[in-house]
Amino acid sequence: MFDTNELVINMGPQHPSTHGVLRVILRLDGERVIGSDVVIGYLHRGVEKLCEHRDWAQIVLITDRMDYVAAASNNLGYVETVEKLMSIEVPRRARYIRTILAELQRIASHCLWLGTHAMDIGAMTVFLYAFRERELVLDLFEEYCGARLTYNAMRVGGLPLDIPPGWDRKVRDFCDILGPKVDEYEQLLTHNRIWLERTRGVGVIPGEDAVAIGLSGPPLRGSGIPRDVRKDEPYAAYAEFDFDIPIGAAGDTYDRYLVRIEEFRQSVRIIRQALDGLPEGPILGKVPRLIKPPAGETYHAIEAPKGELGYFIASDGKSNTPYRFRVRPPSFCNLQALSRLIKGHLVADVVALIGSLDIVLGEVDR
Amino acid sequence: MPAWLPPPAVLAHLGLILVVFNMLVLSAAFMVWMERKVCAYIQDRNGPNRVGFEGVLQPFADVIKLLFKEELRPKAADALLFAIAPVISAAAAFAAFAVIPFGTSTTLWGLLDQPIPLQVTDVNVAVLVIFAITSMGIYGIVLAGWSSNSKYSLLGGLRSSAQMISYELSYGLALAAVIMLAGSLSLREIVLNQAGTWWGFIPRWYVFLQPIGFLIFMTAGVAETNRAPFDFPEAEQELVAGYHTEYSSMSFAMFFLAEYVNMVTVSAVATSLFLGGWLGPFLPDWLAWVWFLVKVFLILFFYVWMRWTLPRYRYDQLMEFGWKYLLPVAVLNLLATAALILWIG
Repeated sequence: MFDTNELVINMGPQHPSTHGVLRVILRLDGERVIGSDVVIGYLHRGVEKLCEHRDWAQIVLITDRMDYVAAASNNLGYVETVEKLMSIEVPRRARYIRTILAELQRIASHCLWLGTHAMDIGAMTVFLYAFRERELVLDLFEEYCGARLTYNAMRVGGLPLDIPPGWDRKVRDFCDILGPKVDEYEQLLTHNRIWLERTRGVGVIPGEDAVAIGLSGPPLRGSGIPRDVRKDEPYAAYAEFDFDIPIGAAGDTYDRYLVRIEEFRQSVRIIRQALDGLPEGPILGKVPRLIKPPAGETYHAIEAPKGELGYFIASDGKSNTPYRFRVRPPSFCNLQALSRLIKGHLVADVVALIGSLDIVLGEVDR
Repeated sequence: MPAWLPPPAVLAHLGLILVVFNMLVLSAAFMVWMERKVCAYIQDRNGPNRVGFEGVLQPFADVIKLLFKEELRPKAADALLFAIAPVISAAAAFAAFAVIPFGTSTTLWGLLDQPIPLQVTDVNVAVLVIFAITSMGIYGIVLAGWSSNSKYSLLGGLRSSAQMISYELSYGLALAAVIMLAGSLSLREIVLNQAGTWWGFIPRWYVFLQPIGFLIFMTAGVAETNRAPFDFPEAEQELVAGYHTEYSSMSFAMFFLAEYVNMVTVSAVATSLFLGGWLGPFLPDWLAWVWFLVKVFLILFFYVWMRWTLPRYRYDQLMEFGWKYLLPVAVLNLLATAALILWIG
């Protein structure tokens, strides 16, 4: 007489907290998730194919549109891959400025993550605080390259623009502002009993499983694996700076939160060092007028705010477009863990876990 | 005075009902404005500041907008229950206030022969009435969730009933301790029992005799009004809008109104039971209601402050908290109160 039925809920693609157009089909027993399907592709624009039909300089602009909250990191990954393919030496000053931009971008991206993640768990105020600081980063980017979201801020072989006069002073001021603000976020959340109960032990993923699934970035480091491309295979100017890789222990939502909060501080540390040691010199290396890499293929990865962002590019050496263009987006690979993480948890935890993985659908679907 | 008019006492009473009703509607509007303003300042922004002075007329503009919206009903919804649910919610929220005294009595500057108390009606089982009517309000939410025939609404309604059983018991036990102290179920008598001071400066409010009871009552009150951190039935980030996902126009406004009137009612009950109602120093008797308003306002402010500071609990965690901590503490508090009354008198 009383048999129980599964309740199938279609969460997304229009839902307040699926961070864009993610669709999760949840099979529920009461409010407990017993199974789920993650459906992606609502924002597919064929970026990879598109890139195979644009010349090498135009592609920078398309990479902006993948992880649109961390466009500079996307630019950086692409231009470095092409530089590797063509063996171009990038001037030291350009590498320093790229590092500063990438770290500012990490701060902006983490601000967005913190705000939306906290809002998913119900802490509305943190959202506005985090966006207040993100706004400052966007102002800095605007002053550097004129755009606030899709920067198109890098060129193969260096940078299109040198930093405007006085910009370094403003970045320093921002670094001074951010430190106390991060403490403020922590005051609101880190030792908050409700926050602890909502995040501790939720969505645990042990280190070896995280590696097996192919997680990267903060979700991987939250599980205690100290893997960071910035340290392991240094690019840009990271080899010259001193910084720590925060790792978690339990691999739960709380640890992933702590890892990202600490990354705010490490980013500030890197930016300060880069500003102190900013060398003089050209910002563009010796690049041929027409960029046409020799035949060959290469893979190059950087540590984007969301994880390991890799580009595989093959050139046939004849045409002035890539022969094959493939991106390894961190959000896409991290999203693989979602079904597994939410199994056995409640609907309320599903949104917490989506937030905890920090995905951007523009990058997942490309 | 023409003969067909009812006697002045009856007229005065009808006037009082009208005043209380309008006061509640206005206080709900004021609360909406205050909530948005306080939340804006907490969040480092300005909040509404276009309609009227500092946006005070914003809630009225919102209501007018809602009035002109189309009333939508999902095809699969249960038409009758779907229409009734918001009415139950709003009616229950208003009705509970009827037994709350908000001041001493008045003769309207000598217009009436007999002074009338500032209270719609003084029932001798007022506490029970409040308890019964506020519990009725849950029906509105559960029915809304069920009749919408939408999964998110259903989950919101289910959460609401799960939430209710986990706090109502502790809520009732916290009330029982106060009733034992006062020896009466009438709110007016409970308030009058709190008159006077200890050593000339500490008011004899029950909050000092029942600090634990007060905390339990306030915690359960948050759950009762579906406010953060216990706002699961409408948790926006999880259930879109919970039980009122499918509602639009004025039926949505009714839920909205009910939520805010409920807050006012719960704060008013807390004020009467624990904070000495309209009692307070300095003001003459006929202005005593100012104290009542001040106390209610402070509790409301506390609710708003909490909502914009804390993250949301998970509903299983509230149930765990309700059953494992709140209820045992409430029982112990009740037993201790009973024992102390027996021994000390």
